[in-house]
Amino acid sequence: MSQAKTLFDKIWEPHVAADLGGGSILLHLDRVLLHDMNSSRSLDDIKQAGRTVRNPGLAFATPDHLVSSATDRVSVLGGIAERQLAAMRKSCARDGIRLFDVGRLGQGIVHVIGPELGLSLPGTTLVCGDSHTCTHGGMGALAFGIGSSELTHALATGVLVQRKPKRMRVRFDGAVSRGVTPKDLILYTIGQIGTAGGVGHAVEYAGPVIEALPVEGRLTICNLSIELGARVGMIAPDETTYEYLADKPFAPKGALWQQALSAWRRLRSDGDAVFDAEVEVDASAVSPQITWGTSPEMVVGVDGRVPDPDRAPAEKRAGMAAALDYMGLRPGTPMQEIAVQRVFIGSCTNSRLSDLREAAAVAKGRKVAAGVTAWVVPGSEAVKRAAEAEGLDRVFLEAGFEWRQPSCSMCLASNGDRVPPGERSVSTSNRNFVGRQGPGARTHLASPVMAVAAAVSGHIADVRTLEG
Amino acid sequence: MEPFTRVSGVAAPLMRRNVDTDIISPMARIVAEPHDQLGRWAFEPWRFLPDGSENPDFVLNQEPFRGAPILITGPNFGCGSSREMAVWSLAQMGFRCVIGSGFGDIFHNNCFKNGVLPVRLPEATVEELAEQAGGGNARFTVDLEARVIVDARGREIPFEVGAGEREMLLEGLDEIGMTLRHLEALAAFQDRDREARPWVYAVEETEFCGD
Repeated sequence: MSQAKTLFDKIWEPHVAADLGGGSILLHLDRVLLHDMNSSRSLDDIKQAGRTVRNPGLAFATPDHLVSSATDRVSVLGGIAERQLAAMRKSCARDGIRLFDVGRLGQGIVHVIGPELGLSLPGTTLVCGDSHTCTHGGMGALAFGIGSSELTHALATGVLVQRKPKRMRVRFDGAVSRGVTPKDLILYTIGQIGTAGGVGHAVEYAGPVIEALPVEGRLTICNLSIELGARVGMIAPDETTYEYLADKPFAPKGALWQQALSAWRRLRSDGDAVFDAEVEVDASAVSPQITWGTSPEMVVGVDGRVPDPDRAPAEKRAGMAAALDYMGLRPGTPMQEIAVQRVFIGSCTNSRLSDLREAAAVAKGRKVAAGVTAWVVPGSEAVKRAAEAEGLDRVFLEAGFEWRQPSCSMCLASNGDRVPPGERSVSTSNRNFVGRQGPGARTHLASPVMAVAAAVSGHIADVRTLEG
Repeated sequence: MEPFTRVSGVAAPLMRRNVDTDIISPMARIVAEPHDQLGRWAFEPWRFLPDGSENPDFVLNQEPFRGAPILITGPNFGCGSSREMAVWSLAQMGFRCVIGSGFGDIFHNNCFKNGVLPVRLPEATVEELAEQAGGGNARFTVDLEARVIVDARGREIPFEVGAGEREMLLEGLDEIGMTLRHLEALAAFQDRDREARPWVYAVEETEFCGD
C-alpha cells in the first residue's frame, strides 16, 4: 500500500486525538477564532452547563459581523450590536479569551486578522463559526467553518467530532493575463465545476500559478473554497508563507520559529499522493470575471453577455430564470451595459492591503461616476492604518469613494451596512445570494480592480480597457 | 436534544438547486428577531410577497405542505453560510427530516446537532420521491432505526448514515458530554503535543499591545 500522503493527510493525522470508530475521530484544535455573532452565546452555554473553556489561551476573539463600518461602529441596529459587543467583552473576560476590540490594533474581520497577527500557522488546525474560515488554508493550515453547536463543542472540549473528507486537488497552469487577479481565477473555477463541485472534499490548490502568488492572493483563493462547496481549502506553505509570517506578532520566535520551520517544510503533498478528484484549470483562459446571477457559479467573463436560460441544460433553466428575474436582467445583454448604483470594496475575500493598493492604482486620478455610491472598507485596523500611512485613503477620497472602518460591512447585511432594495452593486465579497447584501439587493461579484472600474464608469466595465 | 427514531407524514417538495442558508434564514431576521422565532421568517424572500402577505405560489405556503415533517430538496441544499439558524428555522417550521441528493457540508453537520436528519439519496430517487410528494396525498415514513424510507407506494428505500450520528439522533445524546468522557485521553494527547509542537502553544504567553 502506498504511503504517499496529501498535504491534508499530513496535517489531519497528527491531530487525531482519539478514534471513535465508524469513521469518526476527535480532531485536536490548535486555534478557535470567535466573532461577535456567536461567541457570547457559545461561551454562556458552556457556563450554564457547568462546564469550562478547555483551552482559552488558544482562542481569540474580535467583533466584525455586527459592528458597522460607520465612524460610530456599534450604535446601529437599535442597540443590538452594542449589546452583543458588551456580552462578548464580558464572556471573553470571564473565560480568559483574548479579545481584539474595536478601534484597537488587532481588530478586524476574523479571517483577515488571523493571518495578519500570525495566529493562523502552517500545519495547524483552526476553526471558527463562520463558513469562510477556509481562508486560513492559504497559510497552509487545516481550517474550516462550523455551526454554533460545533463551536460550543470546540470551546468546551478543545476537539471536534469529525469524519475525514475526500481530497481534491485543483491545479492552475498557464500564464495569467493582465487584469486577472486571484479572485478571477477562483470565480472562474467555481463557474467551471459549480458550487457543489467540492462538496465533501478538502481542496488543495496547487500548480505554478498558485506557487507564484503572494500570501494575500492565496487567502483570496482559499476564501472562496466554500463557494465551491468545500469546507476546507488549502495551499502548501513555502518560502513566501514563511517570509510573510516571520515578523507577525503571534508567530513563533527564535528557537521555536526554527522548530516550526522544520515541521512546516514537510507540509507538501507527496509526488505520488492520490487525490479522490483532480481538476485542471488553464489560467491563460481566464479573463476578469463578473457574476450575473444569485449563485457564485453564475459567472461570465466581463466581455460576455447575460446568458439565456433557454440555451442552458434543462435542469438549470428554472434556477437561471429565477436568478435573472431577481437580478432584473434580460438574456443577451452585454455585461458592460449594466448600470450600477453601489460599489463595495471589502470583506474577508478582498480587503487586505494588496487589494487596496491595486484598487487605489486604478482609482488614482479618476472619479466615481455620478449616481454611484462607492465604499472602501479595510479588512482590519492594521490594514486601515497601513493604507493610511501609504496615502491610499486620500487616493480613494479624492476619487469620490468613502473610506470606512474595519468591518464585514456590506458583505452580509448584518450590521446596518446594506445595499438598498432594487439597487445593483459590484462587490468584492463572496456571495451574490438573494438578499445577501440586504433585502432586494442585486449583487455582482468581482475583483477589487473590477469594482473600481465599475465605480468610475457607472456600469460594469472591463478594467483592461478603462479610458482616461 | 429531541431524539429522532421515526417520522411519518407528508413531504414538501422544494426542488430548487443550490438553496443557500441566506434564503433559509435571512440575516435581517437573525439580527432583529428572537432566535426561537426564526421559523416564521424562513425562506422569507420566497414565502412572502413585497406587501408582506404570504406568496400563495410558494410550496411551503400550500396545504397540506404547511407543517410537513419532511422536506425534499434539490441538489446542494443548505450551501453557503455556516449559520445554524438555518437548521433552527427548519426545525421551528416543523421539519424533522431533509431529503436531497447532496447538502452543504456545514449545514449537513448542523442538522445532526439539532435533531434533524439529513438523508442523501441518488438524484433520480429524490426526484421520484418529490413527484410522489407533489400531489400532497402521499405519506412517507423515515425510519432511522431501520435506515429506510418507506415511500407512498410502500417501497423501502435504504439510506446511509454515520454510526455516531445515528446513535446521537436516536438517543438524543449530548455530544459534548460524550466527548468529555475522553477527557483523560485528550489531556494526555495535548501534553504530548505541547512537548512535540511547543510553537503551536507559544501564543498563550505572547504579549501583544493592541493600542
